Order: sequence, then structure tokens, then C-alpha cells
Amino acid sequence: MLGIVRQKVLGQSLQKVRPAVSLLRSYSSAAKQMTVREALNSALDEEMSADPKVFLMGEEVGEYQGAYKISKGLLEKYGPERVLDTPITEAGFTGIGVGAAYYGLKPVVEFMTFNFSMQAIDHIINSAAKSNYMSAGQLSVPLVFRGPNGAAAGVGAQHSQCYAAWYASCPGLKVLAPYNSEDSRGLLKAAIRDPDPVIFLENELLYGESFPVSDEVLDSSFCLPIGKAKIEREGKDVTITAFSKMVGYALKAAEILEKDGIDAEVINLRSIRPLDRSTINTSVRKTNRLITVEEGFPQHGVGAEICASVVEESFGYLDAPVERVAGADVPMPYAANLERMAVPQVEDIVRAAKRACYRSVPLAAAA
Amino acid sequence: MVTLQTMDTIFYEAQRQGRISFYVTTIGEEAINIASAAAVTSDDFVFPQYREPGVLIWRGFTPQEFASQCFGNRADYGKGRQMPIHYGSNKHKYFTVSSTIATQIPQAVGAAYSLKMDKKDACVVTYFGDGGTSEGDFHAGLNFAAVTEAPVIFICRNNGWAISTPTSDQFRSDGIAVRGQAYGVRSIRVDGNDALAMYSAVHTARKMAVNEHRPILIEAVTYRVGHHSTSDDSTKYRPADEIEWWRMARDPVTRFRKWIESNGWWSGEAETQLRSSIRSQLLLAIQMAEKVEKPPVKELFTDVYDDLPSNLREQEKLLRETISRHPQDYPADVPH
Repeated sequence: MLGIVRQKVLGQSLQKVRPAVSLLRSYSSAAKQMTVREALNSALDEEMSADPKVFLMGEEVGEYQGAYKISKGLLEKYGPERVLDTPITEAGFTGIGVGAAYYGLKPVVEFMTFNFSMQAIDHIINSAAKSNYMSAGQLSVPLVFRGPNGAAAGVGAQHSQCYAAWYASCPGLKVLAPYNSEDSRGLLKAAIRDPDPVIFLENELLYGESFPVSDEVLDSSFCLPIGKAKIEREGKDVTITAFSKMVGYALKAAEILEKDGIDAEVINLRSIRPLDRSTINTSVRKTNRLITVEEGFPQHGVGAEICASVVEESFGYLDAPVERVAGADVPMPYAANLERMAVPQVEDIVRAAKRACYRSVPLAAAA
Repeated sequence: MVTLQTMDTIFYEAQRQGRISFYVTTIGEEAINIASAAAVTSDDFVFPQYREPGVLIWRGFTPQEFASQCFGNRADYGKGRQMPIHYGSNKHKYFTVSSTIATQIPQAVGAAYSLKMDKKDACVVTYFGDGGTSEGDFHAGLNFAAVTEAPVIFICRNNGWAISTPTSDQFRSDGIAVRGQAYGVRSIRVDGNDALAMYSAVHTARKMAVNEHRPILIEAVTYRVGHHSTSDDSTKYRPADEIEWWRMARDPVTRFRKWIESNGWWSGEAETQLRSSIRSQLLLAIQMAEKVEKPPVKELFTDVYDDLPSNLREQEKLLRETISRHPQDYPADVPH
């Protein structure tokens, strides 16, 4: 009952907010456009210029300009001492990065994709994540691990896994997942400046996408706080959380839902660990319904943690069960038709949101 | 070397008596530990495996500091976070021991690379056993050190055993020195039980590493006289008379003592005096460490990150409330 009353009240106040939001939208389309690739490249360039202790290492980051051209021009500008092309050994260069960080440098270690970070996971977890704690503060690891994460297009099972949930379960690590260019710039800068080890999960398919950026974002001192999510779209009927590429899908789903009279609030998590539980719970207390979206496997995923957090802190506010939209519980298939069915699509998010709003017949309990 | 031997005997006994939970001895490898430490400077960084406390002894770690770590008390630099023998000390440039095998090898190379970038007149020394050379990290580390021309000295304590695995089951190469050569790293094999040979090799290696910016591999051949740790009984997998022979006939400490005695620089009385003085210091250190209180509750939550995050602050608050409501369920000797 209270929820309905509150919704009506909020709905009125949001009506006043809405015009301002669309004004902002039209203003931002006149601002500069920047691809995620350019955003990451400029962030790396600026941080390397500002702090001589920052250096980049990984396979193909130098002469090849980066496997995905993220480090374009950096070798030429900073030289081979600060942009290192490593031999093919993730375990090796991750350990070396940790050793350099112990000494006081600030390595940015690139994994060609996070699938290859499996080779190095012992160093990431047992050397980087836990060292500060195990050495009682004597060994700090100001290191950033970055690279594309999750599914791309037609790259098969060993190149498509999302590692957000795996890394986010380990204390001692910080895990970030940018969506657009503003996120990419602000979060990468924050990660490089942070004294703790940070896992920075990019997305290959987003590298080429262009987003508007304001002058504030373009400034070299621009930085986003770690641990704060962003409400990309305000709404009152259902909360949709997402990160990385799925934020774009959630926003598209929200537009479709709007036509059906459902006003969705889309939260771009930005930070998986620490998770912004406060923003998520405040949103759910407003909308009373929650859909979590991720590309990764459903079991023990990011959505599972969000659901637990909301059940623990905002149980009384829920009007519908929390639903997780996630990838299929199978290794990623290669064939395009199968791949499409193994990853969440915009329609999946729309249908889940409608179920949460009791607008469609609920799914039978599935395994 | 005498300090190391005595410390091993007393701390091992302390574990057997139940006063500490775990211990690892360095018996038979005293020369490797002390001679290599003496041959490098205090500006050089050390990345140990776990059988090199002698390097810390040489650098000035006191019996009290060793005991504090083993008892995990309030004075432990490690704040009671790790098992015994996981020593670490920033001021002695001795990187905290971590249980994982061979991970210190690429880390040492990274640190050496950083030293080179900083143009410091120093190198990195890292230790590992024969077993550690089978790990992927060994190969990545050596390869990388050669390619990046990092000033690092790799010291392999080839002591014949990796817990119960003899070297014949560990590798079929001609020891470790050939592996270094295969990676383009200058390597040498040394009698690890000859303190003078160890000193000489490490001393020269350091000069090469620092002046020529190159890695060096030293394979120190020795024997692990003690068990792998207090959780091991090595008589179960190797003959007791083999152990005894190495303990008595090949003891590196005795060998060095005979040499300095023959030169007139040492005597039987000096030996007795030294041993009894060290023994009392160590026994006192253990007695005192046993009485010191454990680290306070707040140290459960610090150092996970650089700053204490809000979720851990909440957990700490919750824990304190629970302890004050149910004090009988919590140990009385943990300070708040």
C-alpha cells in the first residue's frame, strides 16, 4: 500500500525532473564525441604523463599499438622502458608486474582478454589481492589489470567468459566495469591512481562505440569515484541494474518499456567491487521491483549478490521477486544463431521487466 | 650460522611442545643462507621462498622479532596474519614470505627491473629450491630477466628434496645451472655447503648484476638435513643413515668452524660461550613472546585495502557489539 502511495508522490515530483533530463540530453548531443578506445588511450596517456612511475606492459602493447589499439602511440611517446612488449606468459608478466608494484612502480598490466588472465590468476589473487593484508601493510600493490572481458562476437567458449563475479568475490581486489567513454576515462584514471590492485573490465565490442563527453570529462584531472554507481536513466516502476555492454541494452529496453507505460530506472553499476549497495537499495525502495542484467553465467553471478543485498536490506519494499537476466549456463557456442541465444538480448530484459510488473504470465520455474 | 642452527633447534622443540603451531628448519643450508647474505649489501632487496631466515639474521632481525612472528602476537610485524616463519620486514628489505612456490621469482624480476629504471646501485636476490624450478613462474621469470636485462641474482638451493620428491623425480636435466644457460642467463654451480665458495660466487654475481645489468643464476648444491617442516617426517621416505651422514660428515657450520679454528681465529671455548649465550637469548625471546598479548580485534579488518572500506567498518562494529554481548564465547586474551 505504502509503495503505491509513494510511487504516486514520486511520480509527480519526477514529472518536474523529466524536462530537465531531456534538456541535458539535447545539450550533451552537441558536446564532443569520443570512442571508448580514444577514452582509454587518452586516460593512459595522461596518467603516464603525470606520473613517471606508471608504465604499461602486456602482449602486443608496444610495436603493434595494442591488440585492440588501446595503447596506440604510447610506445612512440614514452619509449620501450615504459611500454613493455612482454613474452607470452601471463603468469610471468603478472608476477613481474606485482614485483614492480611491491617496489613502488605503478604497472598497468594488459591481458589480451581476461580469459587469458586464468593463466595468471594465482598471481592476481595470491600475490596481488592478498599481499597488503598478509604483510600487514608492508607490501602494497598499486597495480591495474585491464583488458576486454566477456563475450565479443563469434569468438567461442575460451574467449567469451565474463570474469566480473570471479574477481569481485575476492577481498583485496577492486573490480571496475566501465560502460561509455566517460566511465572509461574516469574509472581508468581512478584505477591507476588507486593504491590497491584494480581489475578493470573493458568490452571489445564497446571499443569502437562513440559517446558524447563534456569538457569536464576531457580535462586531465577528471576522475570518477570507485564504488559509486550511476543512474543512467531515472524511473519509478522497475529498477534494472547492469554493467558494461548490458547498460546499453538496458537503456534500449527502457525505451521499449516506456511505450508500454513502464518507467524503468537503469543503474550503471560502474563498480562491481565495492558494489554500490546504497544506490541499488535506494532505487529498489523507490520502484519496489528489480531486474539484474549481466552477460556472465547465472550461478554465483553479480546478479546473485545484488539480489542477496536487496533481500537483506530492502525485503519489505519488494513487490515482486528479483529476477536475474544472465547468460546461458553453457560455455559460449560459436555459431551465430546459438551465440545470440546464449547472451541476454534487449527483448529478454523487456520481458523480465514486464514479468516484474505483473504485465505478463510468469515463467514456470526453470532449473 | 650458529645463531641459525640454535634458533632452528629451539623453535623446532617449541613446536613439538605445542607452544607454536608450525616451524620450518634450515638445517644443512646455513652456509647458503649466511654467506649469500654477507655477499650482498643492505641496499639489495631479498625475495625469499621460506627456507632463508638466515638472511634476516644477517640483516639484523632479532630473536625477539623472530619469536613475535612465530607466536603471532601484538609485536609481530605481520599482525598475526600468517603462519609461523612467514617473516617480512620493509626496513630489512626482506619481502614477506608467501607460501606459494616460485611466485617470488617473476616478482623479483619485476622489482629488479624497477631498480634498473630508477638507476639504483642495487640488485635483487631471490631464493628457491630444486622443486620450485618446475613451476611455470621459474621459466617466465628467468626468460624475462634475460630479455629485460634485469639486475637479479637467482639462488637455487638444490637440496635434493621437495618434501618427499627427490630430484630424480623432479627433473631429468643436469641440475638447474643448465636451465639458466638455456634462457641466456649466466649460471654457475657451487658447493652450497662451502661458505667461502658461496660468498665468493654471490659477491661476483652481485658485481656482474649491478654493473652489467644482467641476471645471474647460482645453483647451490646442498642437502635438506631436516624434515620439510614440522608437519613432515622424512624418515618415512628416505633412509635415516643418509640423513645422519649429511648431518654429521657434511655439516657446513662444522666445516667453517674447523677452518677458522685452524687459522687461530676461533676456539672451543669461544664456541661453547657463543652457543650458550645465543641459546639463552632465544629461550628468553620465546618466553617473552608467549606472554605478549595477541593483535587487537581491529587488525582483523585493516590492510585489506589501503583505506578501511565502509563494509568492513560496519562488520567491525557488529563484531564488537557481539563480543560485548557474549563475552563468554570469545577468547579473553584478545585485546580490543
